[in-house]
Amino acid sequence: MAAGHDVINLREEIDRLIAEGVAEKARSRMTELWRREPGSATASFIASRIDQIRDQLALVKFKLAILRSFTVEPIVLLLRTEAFVYGIDLEVHVGEFNTYVQDIIDANSFLYRFAPTAVVLAVRVEEAAPDLASGFADLAPDAARQAAERVVRTFEQSVSVFRQHSQAALIVHSLAPPSDPSLGVLDGQSEVGQSGLIRKINAELRRVAESFRGVYILDYESLVARHGSQRWHDERKWLMARLPISADHLLPMAREWMRFLVPLTGRTAKAMVVDLDNTLWGGVIGEDGATGIKIGPEYPGAAYQALHRALLDLSCRGVLLAICSKNNLDDAMEALEKHPGMLLRPKHFAALRINWTDKAQNLREIAQELNIGVESLAFLDDNPFEREQVRSVLPEVIVIDLPKNPLEYAAAVRDCPVFERLTLSAEDQQRTAMYAEQRQRTHVEQTFQSKEDFFRFLEQEAELEAVSDLTLARVAQLTQKTNQFNLTTRRYTEQQIAEMAKRPDWHIFSIRVKDRFGDHGLVGVAIAHDLGEQCEVDTFLLSCRVIGRTVETALLAHIARSAAERGCKRLVGRFLPTRKNAPARDFYEQHGFQRQEGNGTGSLWALDLNNSPLRSPEWIKLKVHDGGKN
Amino acid sequence: MNSTFQQVQAIASDIFGVPAGTITADSSPETIENWDSMQHLNLVLAIEERFGVQLAPEDIEQMNTIGAAAALVERRLHSSAR
Repeated sequence: MAAGHDVINLREEIDRLIAEGVAEKARSRMTELWRREPGSATASFIASRIDQIRDQLALVKFKLAILRSFTVEPIVLLLRTEAFVYGIDLEVHVGEFNTYVQDIIDANSFLYRFAPTAVVLAVRVEEAAPDLASGFADLAPDAARQAAERVVRTFEQSVSVFRQHSQAALIVHSLAPPSDPSLGVLDGQSEVGQSGLIRKINAELRRVAESFRGVYILDYESLVARHGSQRWHDERKWLMARLPISADHLLPMAREWMRFLVPLTGRTAKAMVVDLDNTLWGGVIGEDGATGIKIGPEYPGAAYQALHRALLDLSCRGVLLAICSKNNLDDAMEALEKHPGMLLRPKHFAALRINWTDKAQNLREIAQELNIGVESLAFLDDNPFEREQVRSVLPEVIVIDLPKNPLEYAAAVRDCPVFERLTLSAEDQQRTAMYAEQRQRTHVEQTFQSKEDFFRFLEQEAELEAVSDLTLARVAQLTQKTNQFNLTTRRYTEQQIAEMAKRPDWHIFSIRVKDRFGDHGLVGVAIAHDLGEQCEVDTFLLSCRVIGRTVETALLAHIARSAAERGCKRLVGRFLPTRKNAPARDFYEQHGFQRQEGNGTGSLWALDLNNSPLRSPEWIKLKVHDGGKN
Repeated sequence: MNSTFQQVQAIASDIFGVPAGTITADSSPETIENWDSMQHLNLVLAIEERFGVQLAPEDIEQMNTIGAAAALVERRLHSSAR
């Protein structure tokens, strides 16, 4: 309550900023207010202000439908504010109570007319399988088993019908076993007791979800367990308002949804930049020395080791790690290389900035070195002053509020939705190693006389193939994440790519590249669409780590050649400019295309396939796997 | 420190979207346009969050003015302090 006046002043300031038309500033103060006082009242305040300034802010629009068996409206209120903090303007449609099966089956239902990007299916045992909830003690074992099978069958059929009508992501709550089973301790003795059967249903839900693309399970059982079933639930609210979750746990519920929505909107962090002193270890290396800092298996060093483990986990998900610390380089490197308690070593970091320059400048440089936008950086620092400086100079950076107590550091990192991934490719898991190889390549490039010499030395090998089940996830991911070398920046989900691949007039290619320093993995995507005698390049993108090595020419030459083989006379392509894709601007011109038209929103280019000079560069060894139709 | 009434007033201002100054102890669903059943639930939840109390179903039914809401919170705070 000490903060009472502060937050009231903050509200007044926000209203003043809105009245003055300074929407961006108002937005950052609203984020600050939410950080200090998250809850239903603040969410109501912020929701009404978002409505006033929505049009003046660059927010990602996202449509979410929630099919449910209980009251979710107060959670949606919190969710919209959480989403706003992450730059997402969320439009939510909530279905009627327990009408989810008919909503899914009816092709004309509001669900499909709303055309959501994602759908949450939030149903409890009590409604999905009433027999397995309150009525369990009366149930013969066979009947109980059948009830469980019925739940799974209904689910499987619903998802299957859903996929026929919609390509939206589907997020399904698993079922939480009762905190007080009907049979008491006896329930724990059998695989087919109340809890056992519900867990069996959950295992089956996972199996079904895995067999469809873009269907994800929200582990509701674990979520409830993490917070404690008795605290999570509020029987009084259930009876009064059909709201089964207590007031204190509505926000954790909203945040769990966010862990799915953030990766679905692509507002994720690609790199995590960490401070050293009192963040990666306890104490100050410059003062305490390598023997004085705290990091190791015993308390208090164990708290920092737990953070290391959390960061290593992020690294396995494909999040790059980097260091930004005000220190003498030698002191810091000695600790990083030699301290026996460190789990993180220099090889785990893709970029290092250990100097006395201000952190915002260092973060800009790190983003540049890693070839990612500043908005893809997350920043972890124990010092509130540094966090504030970064927030004010680089508002796009995701600044993580580290709690005061080091024991809570690891959880603060693990809870952050910007590190969530819904699929994981082999590329993700090896990303850090790839960046280390990249550092070597850059070094070598500087010692060559001509570009061509360098390209020959690289010994690049490229494999071209039509998209397949194995590459679908990575191809969709690249369309969602690639910003710089991306000619049209069209984002596609896995399901959309799969649909396109089935059609005879669409051709989706991916390219994998390796060179003498290592394997880049699958780094490029091109989508071509035949329109009579003309073939249009719908999508053409390349991950930034291979730009400028002529791989793009090889990919374009392949599209041109295959289009000509299919009898097309002309290859056309658009360049649609965004804030990020300047590196791709001159691509068509450089490859002999003629400009057809151009205006503020883009330009159209064409290449005559009958006498096209376009060839794949001789220094790239090309392998083409034609997947049938392409 | 703000009085309980002032805090409830501030919460109600957020929830119903009206200036705190216009909310009195007698403000009710009759005088506040946005005070429908869904906003009533949000008011209850916001009060429970802010004060760390749990309101009983009877409380929630009787909470038909801002003054009544503040009085209920006071009562709950006292009974949990004992």
